[in-house]
Amino acid sequence: MDKNKLKKAFKTAFPYTVPIMAGYFFFGLTYGIYAKASGFSLLYPLLLSVIIYAGSMEFLTITLLLSKFNPVQAFLLTLVINARHIFYGIAMLHKYKNLGLKKSYIIFGLCDETFSINYSAKIPEDVDKGYFIFFVTMLNHLYWVVSSIIGSLIGNFIFFNTKGIEFVLTSMFVIIFIEQWLKDKDHTSSILGLIVSIFCLIIFGKNNFIIPSMLLIFTILTIFRKPLERRVL
Amino acid sequence: MTITEQFITIFLVSLGTIITRSLPFLVFPEHKPIPKYVTYLGKVLAPSVFGLLIVYSLKETTVVKYSYGLPEILSVVFLLFLHIKKRNMLVSICFGTLFYMFLVQFVFK
Repeated sequence: MDKNKLKKAFKTAFPYTVPIMAGYFFFGLTYGIYAKASGFSLLYPLLLSVIIYAGSMEFLTITLLLSKFNPVQAFLLTLVINARHIFYGIAMLHKYKNLGLKKSYIIFGLCDETFSINYSAKIPEDVDKGYFIFFVTMLNHLYWVVSSIIGSLIGNFIFFNTKGIEFVLTSMFVIIFIEQWLKDKDHTSSILGLIVSIFCLIIFGKNNFIIPSMLLIFTILTIFRKPLERRVL
Repeated sequence: MTITEQFITIFLVSLGTIITRSLPFLVFPEHKPIPKYVTYLGKVLAPSVFGLLIVYSLKETTVVKYSYGLPEILSVVFLLFLHIKKRNMLVSICFGTLFYMFLVQFVFK
């Protein structure tokens, strides 16, 4: 392998990842502290960050680990929460072609932030596209892992009361929800998600409402495809 | 949960994540066109999922007895105002969380 080619790709990729480093530092730190405050040792955020690498899902995994063992729900919940990745993949079908062995890792690391950089970055002609994408993915993954470790470690030295820190997760979802709302012309789906979930929470209770909610949302969106499609597309 | 159950859970979350990230590459290998229905779902499923996530993360909230879900409601309202005014994701999340922590630690004890 040509060392200069690697170096060049790395040097081009790095500046793109700096904002992500800053953003992950806060999230990763909070996540590590949250894991610690929930009673999990350093090994948990470390393992989760390495093999899952999906911020909000890792927060939820900590919650899942504290709840009753329910593997089917954990798996389905992951599919639903991360379903948006499917559409990142669809958008990247063309760009992620001919990448050789790197492709598997690049697809593994296709999170929100990595997607936005690799999707929008204009990679110069003389820079190896495959390695640029690879380094962006790898650096972001690294920032996430390191930040969550630091969070978990300094969690030991926290002298203030962490009660309520789990609200960071709600805050994140509320912000994502608002951002989506501001982006959309039609709010049927946003409202549907809230109403169906609250309805199912009341009917099925807090431990069993996710799957009925998912099925109901999916069914309603499929039944009303025609009128909705006209308003959305 | 036992250690084994924990590892099964973690493994399934990892597997699920890998599936969502690799599925399109497996289903549409080359220039295969994407069905309209898939494109439609991609557009409309996400906003619903975010609504579901808010409810999911608040499922432990006590509504029928003290503190009647007040810290949660106040914090979400605070988040709405802050975020629409500043539009800075990190600032909103940071202060929204601090606001909630303040409420549950000092106001609604």
